[in-house]
Amino acid sequence: MQWETVIGLEIHAQLATQSKIFSGSATTFGAEPNTQASLVDLGMPGTLPVLNAEAVRMACKFGLAIDAEIAASNVFARKNYFYPDLPKGYQTSQMDHPIVGKGFLDITLEDGSSKRIGITRAHLEEDAGKSLHEDFHGMTGIDLNRAGTPLLEIVSEPDIRSAKEAVAYVKAIHALVRYLGICDGNMAEGSLRCDCNVSVRPKGQAAFGTRAEIKNVNSFRFIEKAINHEVQRQIELIEDGGTVVQETRLYDPNKDETRSMRSKEEANDYRYFPCPDLLPVVIERSFLEEIRAALPELPVQKRERFEREFALSAYDASVLSASRELADYFEAVLAVCADAKLAANWVMGELSSLLNKDNLEIDQSPVSAAQLGGMILRIKDNTISGKIAKMVFEALAAGEGASADEVIEKKGLKQVTDSGAIEAMLDEVLAANAEQVEQYRASDEAKRGKMFGFFVGQAMKASKGKANPGQVNQLLKQKLEG
Amino acid sequence: MHQLTLAQIARGLAAKDFSAVELSAALLARIQQLDPQLNSFITVTADQALAQAAAADARRAAGENGALLGAPIAHKDLFCTQGVLTTCASKILHNFKAPYDATVVDKLAAAGAVSLGKLNMDEFAMGSSNESSHYGAVKNPWNLERVPGGSSGGSAAAVAARLIPAATGTDTGGSIRQPAALTNLTGLKPTYGRVSRWGMIAYASSLDQGGPIARTAEDCALLLTGMAGFDAKDSTCVDVPVDDYLAALNQPLAGLRIGLPKEYFGAGLDGRIADAVLAVVEELKKLGATVKEISLPNMQQAIPAYYVIAPAEASSNLSRFDGVRFGYRCENPQNLEDLYKRSRGEGFGAEVQRRIMVGTYALSAGYYDAYYLKAQKVRRLIKNDFVAAFDEVDLIVGPTTPNPAWKLGEKSSDPVSAYLEDIYTITANLAGIPGLSMPAGFVDGLPVGVQLLAPYFHEARLLNVAHQYQQVTDWHTRTPSGF
Amino acid sequence: MALERSDVEKIAHLARLGLAEVEIPRTTETLNNILGLIDQMQAVDTDGIEPLAHPLEATQRLRADVVTETNRRDAYQAIAPAVENGLYLVPKVIE
Repeated sequence: MQWETVIGLEIHAQLATQSKIFSGSATTFGAEPNTQASLVDLGMPGTLPVLNAEAVRMACKFGLAIDAEIAASNVFARKNYFYPDLPKGYQTSQMDHPIVGKGFLDITLEDGSSKRIGITRAHLEEDAGKSLHEDFHGMTGIDLNRAGTPLLEIVSEPDIRSAKEAVAYVKAIHALVRYLGICDGNMAEGSLRCDCNVSVRPKGQAAFGTRAEIKNVNSFRFIEKAINHEVQRQIELIEDGGTVVQETRLYDPNKDETRSMRSKEEANDYRYFPCPDLLPVVIERSFLEEIRAALPELPVQKRERFEREFALSAYDASVLSASRELADYFEAVLAVCADAKLAANWVMGELSSLLNKDNLEIDQSPVSAAQLGGMILRIKDNTISGKIAKMVFEALAAGEGASADEVIEKKGLKQVTDSGAIEAMLDEVLAANAEQVEQYRASDEAKRGKMFGFFVGQAMKASKGKANPGQVNQLLKQKLEG
Repeated sequence: MHQLTLAQIARGLAAKDFSAVELSAALLARIQQLDPQLNSFITVTADQALAQAAAADARRAAGENGALLGAPIAHKDLFCTQGVLTTCASKILHNFKAPYDATVVDKLAAAGAVSLGKLNMDEFAMGSSNESSHYGAVKNPWNLERVPGGSSGGSAAAVAARLIPAATGTDTGGSIRQPAALTNLTGLKPTYGRVSRWGMIAYASSLDQGGPIARTAEDCALLLTGMAGFDAKDSTCVDVPVDDYLAALNQPLAGLRIGLPKEYFGAGLDGRIADAVLAVVEELKKLGATVKEISLPNMQQAIPAYYVIAPAEASSNLSRFDGVRFGYRCENPQNLEDLYKRSRGEGFGAEVQRRIMVGTYALSAGYYDAYYLKAQKVRRLIKNDFVAAFDEVDLIVGPTTPNPAWKLGEKSSDPVSAYLEDIYTITANLAGIPGLSMPAGFVDGLPVGVQLLAPYFHEARLLNVAHQYQQVTDWHTRTPSGF
Repeated sequence: MALERSDVEKIAHLARLGLAEVEIPRTTETLNNILGLIDQMQAVDTDGIEPLAHPLEATQRLRADVVTETNRRDAYQAIAPAVENGLYLVPKVIE
C-alpha cells in the first residue's frame, strides 16, 4: 500500500524579552538555579501576574509577519495540572482567544519549489521550570529560573507531508523569528522547541489517521529522524494489523527511536478557564500599524529581492536569505565587489565550507565581508585567477593578512598579464615538449581538445599558476595552430 | 483606652493624651487577658508592635500628624506579613513566614498604623462561621456559645471585644459584612479593584476584596483611606482616584433615593431582622431620603452561581499549595503523587477540600459549560440587575444576613445550610459593587446588621449614609458584656 | 447529575487530594447536596447572555519590559521543605 504522511507542528519559541512574561525577573540563560525565580515565578501565595508589554509586541510582530488575523482582544486562561516544575499548579496560557489567529508561511523545498503551510494560531504562555534528574539521594531537583519565561506557541495546520518538509518549515520559522528579533533561535538552549504530531493514511484517503505527538524534539536533524522513525513505526504497526494509539511519545536520539510516555499521560483534564488575575488584552489598531511600519524585510521578501535585483537563482536566493546574518554578510560582500554571482558563489561555496568545517556561525567568520569583497574585486580585475583566489582566501582565513591585496603582495600571487612574458614562457614550454607539439598538429580536431589541456597545464605549472589563464589559452592556440 | 474609636485615638495621640506605645501596650495586655475566651488572634506580634508604636511616636515628635499614625490595628491572617506567620488559618501554611508584605500591610504601615498581630479566620476564607480554622473556632463576644460569622470572624470578634479598634478583613461572598453584622460592627467591602490584592492570599480572585471592619463608619473611612488605591502589582486593581471618605461623611442625605428590593423580604428572613431594616429606612427618611421598592429578579440565583465560580477559581488558586516550595509537606512521601495527595489531604481542612472538589468538577471536561459558563452568564444577569436598579436609586438597603449568629456547631454537618446564610451578601461580590453592613439593633440579645449597597466606586456614599445614621442612633456604641 | 463514588475518586485525583476510604461515602453525599443547590441555576434562561469573568470589564494593563527583581533565593528557600544546592527537592520524577 502507498502511505501518505500527515504532520502538524507545535513550535515553542522563547521570546527574547529582558524580563519574564508576568514578573520582573531576568530571563538570562544559564544562571545559578533559582536565582532568577521571584515571588511571582515561585507561585508564592498572594502574588499576582502583570503582563509584559514587550511579549505582546513580539507576538503581534510575528502575527503580522505571517499575515495572520490579530483579534482586537485576547484572553489568558489557566491550564491546570500538577507537576513540580509548574509552581502554581497551572500554566497561564491562552485557549479560546489567542493573540495571533490564522496565518501562513511559504517554505522553499529542496527542488526550489515553494509550498504554503497554514498556521492555525500562535498564543502567548509562560514556560515551566526544569526538573533535574541526576541523583539527589533519589530525589529530583527543581530549578524555576525558566518558569515564567515568555513563550509563543506556534501551531501549524496538518499541511506538512514529509520529514523534509517539516524541517524546511521549522527552518523557515526559525529564520523568521530571528529576522524579527523576537527569539534567539538557540535550539541547544531550548529557545526553540518542537512537538511533532505525526500520522499516516493510505494515499488518497481524506480522513486523517490517528496521530502520535512526539514531544520536545530540539534540533533540525532530530526532527527529521524522529518523524521518519515514527512514520516507519506507524506503517509497520498498521501493516501488521495493529492500530496507532493517540499518545505522547519521546524521541531518543541515542537509540534513534520514539517511545511511549503513556505512564505519565493518564487521562489529562486541564480544566482551562479564563485567568481571573488577568484581564482581556486589547490590541489597538494604531499599535499594530506602528509595529507593521517597523517590520524588517522578511526572509521571503529578501529572497524575492535577491532573485529580482541580483538575478540569483531561486535556490541561491533562498540559501542566502535563510538567516538574517548570512543575508547581511552576502550584501556586505556585494557592496564591496558589486558582482552578485561571484559574491553568491564565494559565500555559498568556500565560505560555507570553511564555516562548516570549523562549526562556526556566520558572525564568527574568520574572513570578513570586506575582506571577501576585496578579494573578489581582484578576481574581477584579473589581478588573480579563481584558482589563486582560493589560496588568498585560505590565507585570509588563517589570518595571514589584513586584506586580499596584502596577501597577494606578500606572497607574490599577482597574475602575469604581460603578453610578452607569457609568450616567452610558452615558447619554452613548447620547446620542452616538441614531440607532443608534433602529435598535436598531426591530430584531428576531436583529439586536439584533450591535448590542448595538456599544454595549458604545463604552462600554468611553469608560471606557478600566476599566468592569466585567458591569455595563456589564446596565445597557446595561436602558437600551436599558427 | 480600649473603648476609643480610631477617630478618638487620632485626636488623643495628636493631643498627646497618651502615646502610641502606651496605647499598644494596653491593648496587648488586654489581648493577652481576654483573647483566650475568643481565640480571635492566631499570632500576636507584641515586640514588633511596640517597635512600630515607638517609631510612630518618633514620627509624631518629628512633626508628622497622619490620622493612622500610631493607630493599633490587626490584619486578617491572609494578608502576607514579611517574616511573620501568615497561615490563612490552615495547617498547610502552619509554618509559612511570608517572605514579603501585602500592599495593604505596606500601605497601612507606611501610614504609621501599628499591627498587633494576625487574626483568625475561616480556613482560606471559606466559611461564614469561623469554625473551619485550623486554629480553632472563634467565639462571638456577644455570646460565647455562638459564632462570630466569617470568614473574617477573628477580625470581627477582636474589634467587637474592644481588643483593637479596627481590623482588616476580606470579603469574597460576605466575609466582612456578615461577621460585622453578627458582632454589632461596621464593615465595608469596597468595589472590586479598589483595594490591591497583592499579598492577599487568594480564595476566589474575581470576587475577593479587602476592606475595613470597625465600630463606626467614620473609622471605616479612616482605615479604608489607608488601604485603598492603585497598585501596579495587581492587574485587576483600578487606577481611579480615591475619594475623600472623611470629607464625605457629613454630607446631608436630603434627596437620597433608596431602593428596597422586594426579593429581600421573602421566605427565610427572620421577621425581626426585616423590622430592623425597615426601622433603619424610617430613620433615613427622617434624614431626607426617599424610598421606593425595586426588584433584583435574579437574586435567588446568586448562591448557585457563587458556589460554582468561587470554588472553581479556588480549585486553581489553591493548587500552588503542593508541599514543594513552602508550607506543609507530609512525612516521608513515597513518590510524587503521594507527596501531593498527602500534603494536600492532610494540610487542607474538610471545607476547603469540599470547595476544591466542587470547583474541580465544575471546570472538568464535559461539565464546564453546564456549570462554570452557566454561572458566569448568571453572574452577568445579576450585575445587570444592579446596573438597572442604580438607574432608579442611589442606594439599596436590606438585611445583611437572614438570621442572627447561630450556635457553634449548629451548621457544621450541613454545609448547604451555611451557604444559604450568604444570600444577601454574595450578590455584591458577583457584581463587584461596594457594600457596607452597620449595626441596626438586636434580636434575642444578638446583633443585627443592615446592609447598604451602592454603585461602583461609591464607597463614600455608603460611609456617608452609615455615618449619618450613626449620628442619630446608638446601636453601634453598644458593647458586649464582659468586654 | 448525581456523583458516584468513582466520580469523587476521579475528582479527588485531579485535585491531588488524598481521600481516606472511609470518608468517600460522606464526601460523595455532601458534594451531591452542594451540586443540588448549584443545579438550581440550570432553570435560568441565559440564552444570548455573554459570560462575565470580571465584574468591572476593564482591560489588561501592560508592564514595561524591565528587570526589577534581584536574587533573593536564600530568603525564599529558607521557608522551603527541602532544598539542596539551590534546588527544590521532590521525590524522583519518573519520565
